[in-house]
Amino acid sequence: MAILNKDEAQAILKKVLSFSKADETEVSLNGQQSGNIRYARNAVSTAGEVSNLNLSVSSSFGKRTGNATINEFDDASLAKVVARAEELARLAPENPEYMPLLGPSDFAESIGFIPSTAAMTPDTRADMVAQSLKVAKDSKLEAAGFLQNSAGFRSMMNSKGLFAYGKNTDVSFSVTVRNQEGTGSGYVDHSFNDVGKLDTLALTKTAATKATSSAGAKAIEPGRYTVILEPLAASDMLGGIIRGFEQRTADEGRSFMSKKGGGTRLGEQLFDEKVNIYSDPLHPELPGSTWNNDGMPVEKTIWVENGVVKNLACSRFWAQKKGIKPLAGPGGGRFGGGGMIMTGGTASVEDLIKNTEKGILVTRFWYIRMVDQQTLVQTGLTRDGTFYIENGQIKFPVKNFRFNESPIIMLNNVEELGKPVRSGSSILPPMKIRDFTFTSLSDAI
Amino acid sequence: MKRRNFIGMAGMGAAGALLHGLPAIGRTIAEAEALVIRADTAAKKRMADIALQAARSKGATYADVRIGRYLSQSVITRDKRVQGVSNTESYGIGIRVVANGCWGFAASEKMDTDSIAQTAALAVAIAKGNAKLVTEPVQLAPQKGFGEVSWQTPIEKNAFAIPVKEKVDLLLAANETALTGGANFVNAALFMINEQKYFASTDGSYIDQDVHRIWPTFTVTKVDKSSGKFQTRDSLSAPMGMGYEYLTALPEHKLTGGPTTLYKGRYDILEDIKAATAQVAEKITAKSVEPGKYDLVLDPTHLGLTIHESTGHPTELDRVLGYEANYAGTSFLTLDKWKTRQFNYGSKLVNIQADKLQPGSLGAVGYDDEGVKSGQWDIIKEGILVNYQTIRDQAHILGLPASQGCCYADSWDSIQFQRMPNVSLLPNKQTRPVADIIKSVKKGIYILGRGSYSIDQQRYNFQFGGQLFYEIKDGQITGMLNDVAYQSNTQEFWNSMTDIADKSDYRLFGTFNDGKGQPSQSSAVSHGSSTAKFEGVNVINTARKIG
Repeated sequence: MAILNKDEAQAILKKVLSFSKADETEVSLNGQQSGNIRYARNAVSTAGEVSNLNLSVSSSFGKRTGNATINEFDDASLAKVVARAEELARLAPENPEYMPLLGPSDFAESIGFIPSTAAMTPDTRADMVAQSLKVAKDSKLEAAGFLQNSAGFRSMMNSKGLFAYGKNTDVSFSVTVRNQEGTGSGYVDHSFNDVGKLDTLALTKTAATKATSSAGAKAIEPGRYTVILEPLAASDMLGGIIRGFEQRTADEGRSFMSKKGGGTRLGEQLFDEKVNIYSDPLHPELPGSTWNNDGMPVEKTIWVENGVVKNLACSRFWAQKKGIKPLAGPGGGRFGGGGMIMTGGTASVEDLIKNTEKGILVTRFWYIRMVDQQTLVQTGLTRDGTFYIENGQIKFPVKNFRFNESPIIMLNNVEELGKPVRSGSSILPPMKIRDFTFTSLSDAI
Repeated sequence: MKRRNFIGMAGMGAAGALLHGLPAIGRTIAEAEALVIRADTAAKKRMADIALQAARSKGATYADVRIGRYLSQSVITRDKRVQGVSNTESYGIGIRVVANGCWGFAASEKMDTDSIAQTAALAVAIAKGNAKLVTEPVQLAPQKGFGEVSWQTPIEKNAFAIPVKEKVDLLLAANETALTGGANFVNAALFMINEQKYFASTDGSYIDQDVHRIWPTFTVTKVDKSSGKFQTRDSLSAPMGMGYEYLTALPEHKLTGGPTTLYKGRYDILEDIKAATAQVAEKITAKSVEPGKYDLVLDPTHLGLTIHESTGHPTELDRVLGYEANYAGTSFLTLDKWKTRQFNYGSKLVNIQADKLQPGSLGAVGYDDEGVKSGQWDIIKEGILVNYQTIRDQAHILGLPASQGCCYADSWDSIQFQRMPNVSLLPNKQTRPVADIIKSVKKGIYILGRGSYSIDQQRYNFQFGGQLFYEIKDGQITGMLNDVAYQSNTQEFWNSMTDIADKSDYRLFGTFNDGKGQPSQSSAVSHGSSTAKFEGVNVINTARKIG
């Protein structure tokens, strides 16, 4: 049984701490059950289940720290793992950035656990995939997809009395539908905490429609275009930007948040005033951990307000060095969720198209890699449904493009934001962006 | 406390993205525990026979067993301090079967007789339970049993036997070289892997293998506060299938005469980081490239990644067949192109060979993870597509009498499937020094090191950056350039290859973490080449202003 409740976790953690002889000891106990099913060429190819329960001990003598892990839970094993961590600590070099452990804190209760998602079985997954396969077969199309669900818990206790516990569920589904000729392709990818929100049949129909409508793509010249990015494409481009709101790298001069001549750009208007970004572990659509691995609370934080950068995440060590307050970043650990949330309006993708004189609709991006860490210029390609828009209507599918663009520049060129939806570990609106830079064409379907 | 089972059927997913870093595997162990033998060969054979017998008794027509012990050690430093030392071990058994024409797989870390038999029975039950979903029964290429055999990476020094203190001292000395040379920040790390794999099958093979890999790497950063610019230069090392001897470079392992010392078969981290510190400062003020067409002279430290992405991945047969459509995509090198025996992939100078034999390479093993002996074969011959990469359940699609031995799993609890072997560009058979290639260039750029990389889902359009860029004018290197990336199309690019250096320049590039499959598995692979010239390639300027 990999999912322990709060009392069960607390009992094991207390027992582990009772064996400690170190100056400071921190113990983490995490468990996860996950299952998946994969299919391709309209048939299931693999399926699996994994169950893990792991205990990690971190022991410190002064500034020397040792870590050890174990997945056996009898008393002798628990004593052994503590002894091993302490032995490694005595041998370890001093860590000049060591920070004393935090004491107790009143962490908010996490809201990310949905029993029906945790209760999914191989049969549940197979039935959901059967729905997807039916759509593809009925339409004489070919589907390849992946469905994965997980339930997990995290807990932590230290020798200063801190105890934290949280549990979470997640289910994600993606499917690529292609036509038999290989000239059209569509894709959807959605994640939820609650499996009740996942409709594999409807999502596969969306991908199938894209596959059919993207066939026969025309080549148009690369260049700068107004683009409408569906939320998936937006999250491909922007999902990582929130990690850049970080104090230390900004202070060190190696971040887009670094200021010429020294210092940071905190408080500056870096983006269009329509841009508002925050994170909130208690957001119902994107719940996350309410504490991080350092024992700090993770709370709702505004990162960008009306285009102005309002906060930078900061570790306890760096905060002490700079004489400022530490601030936990979003996420808070290995659970998904708790990530970037960007506000928007009420417009749908269709509404954004209606208001566009000339532009390109992008379903998703692919193989995005950083080109320049200073400007965050990235390169990548459109994929699985790219369309030309004229006078408020989709006119025809177009060949895929390679882009070279910075999300910072993108967020300065915002024309309109639609209604936000969850995409992976972000909540983002569909967005209309002017002057998006496409640099070459691709023949890939 | 851990249970993992997979159901597998013919044709698994295909290749995708390169992953960064070292995957965390298994439980933490003390340094000395890595040198302890967990089970001798006789004990492993007993366990394997229990599994094979149990699988047969439940109705398996074929079964294989992998008893794996996977060790990993990483030493990570930043500036003057150690950020982390990690020693992990993962140990268990994975059993794969064919029953009712369908694959089944189950794995367990419990190694007692009953647990092994139960795991084998579970694998068979999974296969039978899913047989109704199979449209084509598994068709395995024949494979003779080898009896009891063994293979070991030919190492001189087991990296796991070298004290951590020695590794820490080396990395901190490298960092000190950078910091005293004017770098603002430096990260240096050393990653080591040891796969102790025992394979047995109903074909009659009992194969014991001990595979070693090592990767020293660093990143040097220079910040110019007055301009607000910063630059980095990464190590020019290649991860290798070697022991700790890789870090002892002698003069015969060094290629000098160019703008930076290059390493062949061994690596000198202290020398490379000293050069990197000077070069990263030079990058801050280097001239921004004028976009346009250039002849590119690509060093193996760079070209390896282009080979990986534009040749290695599109010639994976499972990818060609559509098993990776939902992840990394498919391939433009479809079967009809191969069947013509005339499909022009590149110029006559382009000879691409697959192998799992090259000494020092990441892909070198004696046998793959389904008991096929390693070999080598042509993929592109004089510019023509002649073959792919396959495993036992796909060989018949190409009319091959046997698998090419490309099956691999990244753990005992991962199902084995088709992974890339070493894929290498053969050197010039004639004597051809790099200096002569550079002399032949009127307007060009000499590119070294692994930079940004991106390629489309069918492997047509790509864009690559690098670590170091030098302008070539009228046969001479005239200075450093910056903001360089080149874009091309695979076929067009390889047809523009007009020159390649000889074997004296031949070196291995490697990647430690090539991602493929859902859930993703990681594999390590090398790509050999000599410096090559590509004419008239489109170069873009990547600089942008962010206000």
